[in-house]
Amino acid sequence: MFPIVEARVLGPNVKEFEIAAPRVARKHQAGQFIILRIYDRGERIPLTIKSADRERGTITIVVQAIGKTTSLLNELGKGDSILDVVGPLGKPSEIEKFGTVVVIGGGVGTAIALPTAAALRDAGNHVIAILGARNKGLVILENDIRAASHETFIMTDDGSYGEKGLVTDKLRELIASRGVDFVLAIGPIPMMRAVAECTRPQSIRTVVSLNSIMVDGTGMCGGCRVMIGNSSKFACVDGPEFDAHEVDFKVLMQRNEMYKESEQKAMADFRLNGGEEVKRVRGACANG
Amino acid sequence: MANTIPNKERMKMPRQPMPERHAHARARSFEEVNLGYDLDLVALEALRCLACAKPACTSGCPVGVKVKDFVDLIIAGDYLGAAAKIREDNALPAITGRVCPQEDQCEGGCIMSKRADSLAIGHLERFIADYERASGKVGIPTIAPRTGKKVAIVGSGPAGLSAAGDLVQKGHQVRVFEALHELGGVLVYGIPEFRLPKEIVKQDIDVLRAMGVEFETNVVVGKSVTLDELMGEEGYDAVFVATGAGLPQFLSIPGESLNGVYSANEFLTRINLMRAYRFPEYDEPVYDCRDKDVVVVGAGNTAMDSVRTALRLGARSATLVYRRGEEEMPARKEEIKHAKEEGVIFRMLTNPVEMVGTEKGWLTGVRCVDMELGEPDESGRRKPIPVAGSEFVIDASVAIIAAGTGANPLVQSTTPDLATNKKNYIVADPESLRTSKRGVFAGGDIVTGGATVILAMGAGRKAAKSIHEYVTTMTW
Ligand SMILES: Cc1cc2nc3c(=O)[nH]c(=O)nc-3n(C[C@H](O)[C@H](O)[C@H](O)COP(=O)(O)OP(=O)(O)OC[C@H]3O[C@@H](n4cnc5c(N)ncnc54)[C@H](O)[C@@H]3O)c2cc1C
Ligand SMILES: Cc1cc2nc3c(=O)[nH]c(=O)nc-3n(C[C@H](O)[C@H](O)[C@H](O)COP(=O)(O)OP(=O)(O)OC[C@H]3O[C@@H](n4cnc5c(N)ncnc54)[C@H](O)[C@@H]3O)c2cc1C
Ligand code: FES
Repeated sequence: MFPIVEARVLGPNVKEFEIAAPRVARKHQAGQFIILRIYDRGERIPLTIKSADRERGTITIVVQAIGKTTSLLNELGKGDSILDVVGPLGKPSEIEKFGTVVVIGGGVGTAIALPTAAALRDAGNHVIAILGARNKGLVILENDIRAASHETFIMTDDGSYGEKGLVTDKLRELIASRGVDFVLAIGPIPMMRAVAECTRPQSIRTVVSLNSIMVDGTGMCGGCRVMIGNSSKFACVDGPEFDAHEVDFKVLMQRNEMYKESEQKAMADFRLNGGEEVKRVRGACANG
Repeated sequence: MANTIPNKERMKMPRQPMPERHAHARARSFEEVNLGYDLDLVALEALRCLACAKPACTSGCPVGVKVKDFVDLIIAGDYLGAAAKIREDNALPAITGRVCPQEDQCEGGCIMSKRADSLAIGHLERFIADYERASGKVGIPTIAPRTGKKVAIVGSGPAGLSAAGDLVQKGHQVRVFEALHELGGVLVYGIPEFRLPKEIVKQDIDVLRAMGVEFETNVVVGKSVTLDELMGEEGYDAVFVATGAGLPQFLSIPGESLNGVYSANEFLTRINLMRAYRFPEYDEPVYDCRDKDVVVVGAGNTAMDSVRTALRLGARSATLVYRRGEEEMPARKEEIKHAKEEGVIFRMLTNPVEMVGTEKGWLTGVRCVDMELGEPDESGRRKPIPVAGSEFVIDASVAIIAAGTGANPLVQSTTPDLATNKKNYIVADPESLRTSKRGVFAGGDIVTGGATVILAMGAGRKAAKSIHEYVTTMTW
């Protein structure tokens, strides 16, 4: 059992959890993730480690509720427990001194990019952050990202906060105005693909973090495979970060559609009977 | 009571068949296919044993189970005694009785197999193990006084479990680290419920726990903790690496990214470990196979388990595609028989060359080519070669690739001083199972490549002996 020691809401459907997981906390490096299973009938889902506190033996994750498992998770709070947490998994981000670095976070991708942004800053880079959101209400972790970067730009689709426009509009501007040596982009697949196209002409080194569907997270099933260049790689052990210019985003999108019907059914059931299920899970937590 | 039937008469007694669920009913059910002998069948079958002076069954068994002795105890009606006799050499008899390739091992050695059917040693073993379990009198062996030595075991498959059992008996403190959330390795994530009920594995593990073995799940050694940290900060005197050969191999043919194409490991893990066949009661989904055509590529136990699982998920057709002939199939004979009875279509001398699908990326079929047998290759088997111009497509919404696995890599990649071979298996001395790194031993599939449950168990026992010697003397 892995107790939740803190929980707070960051935005609509987005929640942050601090979970006691001493082994993971001790070994975590920026860019790595955990796999958790909430309860005995649950599925295993990957979530990025936003930060780790070795002294407290805890890790922090940020979860956006999009389907059954993430919605169930976000119903839990301080005092509840998660049945299984394993990690840290995946390769750590490559941290080097590149020069001027742009870190782009779309939606919950901001949380995932945060530790790497901080590590890049600590390595002596000039870090510029661009956060993208549909509107003001959906901007999360603004203060954290400001603290991890030298400059921060916020882009909203409707202009309700920061500047109106897409993250790629700002990126193009930065490339033209002062030159960019390295880009990290984490967010929805269309956003990452657009960023890759934006930096391809000048061959600016660009890294994306891929969210393929995973089961074990240890290289044992191959379900998370993605096409990188012309070869098949396992996102859980060879990634999750890859060279954006090599990624076949079409295959990634297609493979993430694989369980759409089941996911929708699970979510519909959860909307109907979720209350009962949450009670049961919390009860199981309480009983150890 | 001794066997008074003359040998000539014994030879005439027919081998007692295993009672099984009817093929039609079981092909859609995850309940165990084999029902097990009853008291009458067991008594009859035991009487067939010729009690050879030099029993080839025992020498054919990778762990040397004393078959003749336990059969004698059966004949005497002492079933618990028979169980204790088996346990002297084999800690997991309910499992091996179900999944060992007996025809290549004990039963292959049985002298009767030369002229008639061999003694059904596997069925007898299974009966005895089940009898012992049902009696609630599973003998917990005596545990030696604490030695103060600590041994870490990485991986909870049969190799790790059997090493743990032996080491804890010697008085050492033993902790098993497992990457997944459930213990048992392939026994729980690979081999399906209808062949090896998970409850049996769980009970065997409970016995180990009662003996004092500690278990920690959710630890990926190499990621959550390294071997050096285990032997450093965590104070382990020795480590046994038994991480198995779980890395799935794909075919490297076009179309393998299509939705509907699985590795056997993923398909079986979703079903067995995650219980996806009980979606939506369980949250893990698996591609809906109902009224779909399923193709499985391969011919080992993994392929058999996949194809029979697909049938149980409601597939309209389940076809096995293999590039050699039926004679060359490495699966257990019983699995092949069961698969045929359940309606699996066997397409031998057929090799897939491409996965074909829709514009949107969903699998619609497997393009195959006919093969013919040419000259013998290095393995001594005739090499299959494609017949020019024979390509055709088998319709399929799901294709499962069971074409072998490779070494689980995470320990090796984070332990630079651990010697590996070209295929990334860990190099260990065949007798002592010592690796190139002081204090580290390795065995099971991670050393041999994908093999069998009993060989992995045998390696676990060997490792335990060798580790005991090492931690007692602390000389390498
Ligand atoms: C390495 C990695 C790190 C991740 N880190 C985080 C994180 O820090 N915070 C966070 O909120 N999420 C993260 N994700 C995504 C998260 O794992 C998924 O959102 C989650 O598995 C969805 O489960 P569900 O049952 O709630 O939704 P489902 O019902 O499974 O899915 C609902 C919808 O999400 C899509 N989807 C399914 N799986 C994924 C996936 N893996 N990624 C994206 N979309 C998916 C489906 O196509 C569907 O439209 C990460 C994914 C990976 C692979
Ligand atoms: C589908 C299938 C059917 C089979 N059927 C039969 C059969 O009928 N008869 C038979 O004799 N054999 C069969 N086999 C083969 C047999 O199961 C294996 O040979 C045997 O399980 C190997 O045992 P092992 O202990 O070496 O490894 P495994 O059983 O593979 O166990 C290794 C364990 O180590 C864990 N692990 C891996 N890496 C790490 C790490 N870094 N940290 C912590 N833990 C880790 C894994 O999660 C796993 O639990 C079958 C195999 C498969 C896949
Ligand atoms: S999640 Fe199974 S191999 Fe990556």
